[in-house]
This record gives sequence, C-alpha cells and structure tokens, in this order.
Amino acid sequence: MPDLPKKKVGLIACSGEEMPEGTVTRRAVRKVLETLRPDDTVTLCLPLFLAGGEGERAFAKCYPTIAVDGCDKRCAARATEKYSAKPVASIVVTDIAKERGCGAIGTARRLNERGLRLADAVAEKIVQETDRQLKKKPGECAGKAPGGKC
Amino acid sequence: MKRKIAVVPCSGIGKSLGAAAREAAYVLTEDLRPEKTKVVALSLLVMGDEEARRGVEGGEAIAIDGCKLECAAKGLASAGASKVHKVAIFDCIRRHRGLKPEGVCDLNEDGLKLARAAAHEAAKIVDDLDEEGHHA
Repeated sequence: MPDLPKKKVGLIACSGEEMPEGTVTRRAVRKVLETLRPDDTVTLCLPLFLAGGEGERAFAKCYPTIAVDGCDKRCAARATEKYSAKPVASIVVTDIAKERGCGAIGTARRLNERGLRLADAVAEKIVQETDRQLKKKPGECAGKAPGGKC
Repeated sequence: MKRKIAVVPCSGIGKSLGAAAREAAYVLTEDLRPEKTKVVALSLLVMGDEEARRGVEGGEAIAIDGCKLECAAKGLASAGASKVHKVAIFDCIRRHRGLKPEGVCDLNEDGLKLARAAAHEAAKIVDDLDEEGHHA
C-alpha cells in the first residue's frame, strides 16, 4: 500500500483586525489546532492565501476547509471559494454570538470573559465540523458542547 | 479635516511575528497615535470591501508585516494606497536581539516588547507624515 498523506482539515480564520469577532476567530482556530484537534487540522493563513500563496491554495483545492468568519461579510469563506474551492463549512461568529445571547465581548485587542467563552464555543463548533469531515465518532471532543449561554 | 492614516497589520495566524504585527497596530492606533491612525482589516481590504478601500485609496498608509511575504504591504498597494510605509517585524526583531517572542493568541512579554518597539517605529512614520502634511 502506498503511504498516502493523512487527511486533514484546513482552518481559515478571517482574523478581522477591526472587530472583536475577528479576534474570536483567531483564538478559536488556534485552540482547535493546538489543543482540541492538533492531529487533524492545519491553519491556512488568509492573507497569504489572498496574496497568492501556492501552498495554501493547493491545500484548499485538495483538502476540506472550514472558514471561520467574524461577520457576515464572510471574507474567509469567499476568498477560499474564489481562489481554491468552496469550504465544506462556513462558521460566522456573529451568528453563534446571537444564538448564545452574547453581550459585549471586549475589544479586538483584548476579549473579555464573554469573548473568551464565545471563542471556546466557536472552537467546539469547528471541532464538530472537523469530526464530521473526518467521520469521527461523537464524544471524542473535550470540553462542553456549544449551545450554552455566554 | 485630515483623514486618519490607515494601518494594516498582517493577519498571520501561524507565527508569533504575525501576532506581534497585529499587537503593534493596536499599540499604535490605541495608545500612541489614536487621533491620527486607524486599523483597517486586511481581509476586508483584499476582498474589495468598499468602505475599507475608501479609507485607503489615494492616501499614505502603514503596513506592519510579520514575514517577508509582506501580505499587508501588498494588500495596501493593490487597494490603491498612494504610498505604503513598511514596518517589518522580521527586521525589527534584528534590532532588538535577545527578544524571543512566543505565542499567537497570547504573546509572551518579549512578544509584547517587540510589538511596542515596532509600534514606536510606526509612530515615527506618522509624525513624519504629519509634519509633511501628507495624509491630509
């Protein structure tokens, strides 16, 4: 049997520097990458992706990607679709914040406690989508399931 | 009324230097020169968001990049900035040997020091532009 590369999911955060939800995308994606699903995910750098990074674009053409956007402008999702392929999932932080009844979540520079909890919830959502792509059984995910209040 | 100078940090999510670029932009626009500068999101700019482009087009701007690929500088140039002043974190760290920045979401103290150093370099650019009246 040939040694095929392991299937991984690419995570693309919008990182929007102007708004706290952009910071939430970064924190959530890093948490999945570093702690929750380190063996199953990689991050793709959105600016590099946009600036013509061949490695980034090639990965997104061949592997499933999850776009994580701060707002409904969906820069990460649109960029991925435009330059490579449609993401298998598109997560929008403001949607999750609305579902959870979040209030103010701090600033782009410093999230408050609610912002940090929102990032955890977004991370869990990313994990769900990642597992769905990799067909993992439920229950392997650490931490609380999303859906609670901020 | 003078338009604020657009400051665009790279959005690098993989390395500490990208995080330092982002932090430097906040230090500059919130602590050092809040009246004269504003952060513009790179992703919005490059995806053609009209409001983001209006804040950049025809004016001088500052790019703070974490790596040599200079995505922020390229993004500003393609969005129509008349001149892009570059602050390179990867050069800045050479001028501050001994700093070992770590972390992405939470930079360590060396990462924050590096960000402050880069922000001061950017503030000097703002002051020079202000003297010349170039960002009006």
